[in-house]
Amino acid sequence: MLTAGAWHSPFGGPTRLVSAGDPVGASARLLILPAVFDEGHKLRRLTVNVMRMLVDSGIASFMFDPAGLMESAHPLGDTTLEDWRDEAEAAAKGLSATHILAIRGGALIARERANLVHYAPLQGKSLLRAMLRARIIANKEAGTPSTQEELLARGRSEGLRLAGYALSAAMVSQLEGATHPQAARTIAQSELGGAALWLRAEASYEAEQARQLARLVAEWAS
Amino acid sequence: MVSNLPVPVADTGDTELILRQVLQDVLGLSLERAAELDAESGLFGHLPELDSMAVAGLLTELEDRLDIIIEDDDVDGEMLETFGGLLAFLAAKRSDS
Repeated sequence: MLTAGAWHSPFGGPTRLVSAGDPVGASARLLILPAVFDEGHKLRRLTVNVMRMLVDSGIASFMFDPAGLMESAHPLGDTTLEDWRDEAEAAAKGLSATHILAIRGGALIARERANLVHYAPLQGKSLLRAMLRARIIANKEAGTPSTQEELLARGRSEGLRLAGYALSAAMVSQLEGATHPQAARTIAQSELGGAALWLRAEASYEAEQARQLARLVAEWAS
Repeated sequence: MVSNLPVPVADTGDTELILRQVLQDVLGLSLERAAELDAESGLFGHLPELDSMAVAGLLTELEDRLDIIIEDDDVDGEMLETFGGLLAFLAAKRSDS
């Protein structure tokens, strides 16, 4: 059973909290740090179905929308990566999480801890690179070519709109240097037995991948 | 710098297979549909779902799997327009490196 409720982020104010399972009596309380930006949409269905499946293993889970993303009311342009890290810390404490699963770019907002598992994490530079590349291709097609250096220099000083997301100057600078922390376990895409869903041009879903990810997370958390 | 020299067949064979696999993953094609792609099959500008973000992901994945670096200056509508064009670009890139 999946429920959508509200969580008051100390930084970003009211935002959506998706929960699965009853935390009372659960063998583990798992906080999920979702994939961010475009990948967040492409991995949403996989993520919520993993949450549903984990209930059968006695694991309750929670996932909040980071400030400025999805249903958060906070403007993304006023948000930094550091703010997301503070939100993640507050959520882990407030929801008494026993374990944390960070998905893709969600790894960048996790802090190093013994109860952290990554699924296909990436570094800030790679995340930013993909979004910059999309902007460079779109600009070229529009007849206004730009280089990565130009865009980055502007982004660092005044912020930058990439792939439809208005990033603050601080977000651009912090993403550029962000590395994900070490985790107790890192689940690679090859362990899920299918092609990465974040690569899909159109959002898609494969139940078998969700089952594999839920199984691997449950194995690790118990 | 894209070379005009002929590319060895064995090299193109491997590159072609990887390109088909990556396109299959990005476009969510069946194995059969991916095998049907030929030199003239249209990509960027022909498939509405293949937008700039999807192309960015496609290029990054190709870099990883082919162990090449694709410079931003190399990327244009022509190189991405057809399966054959993209394959020729990748094969030349691999023989350069």
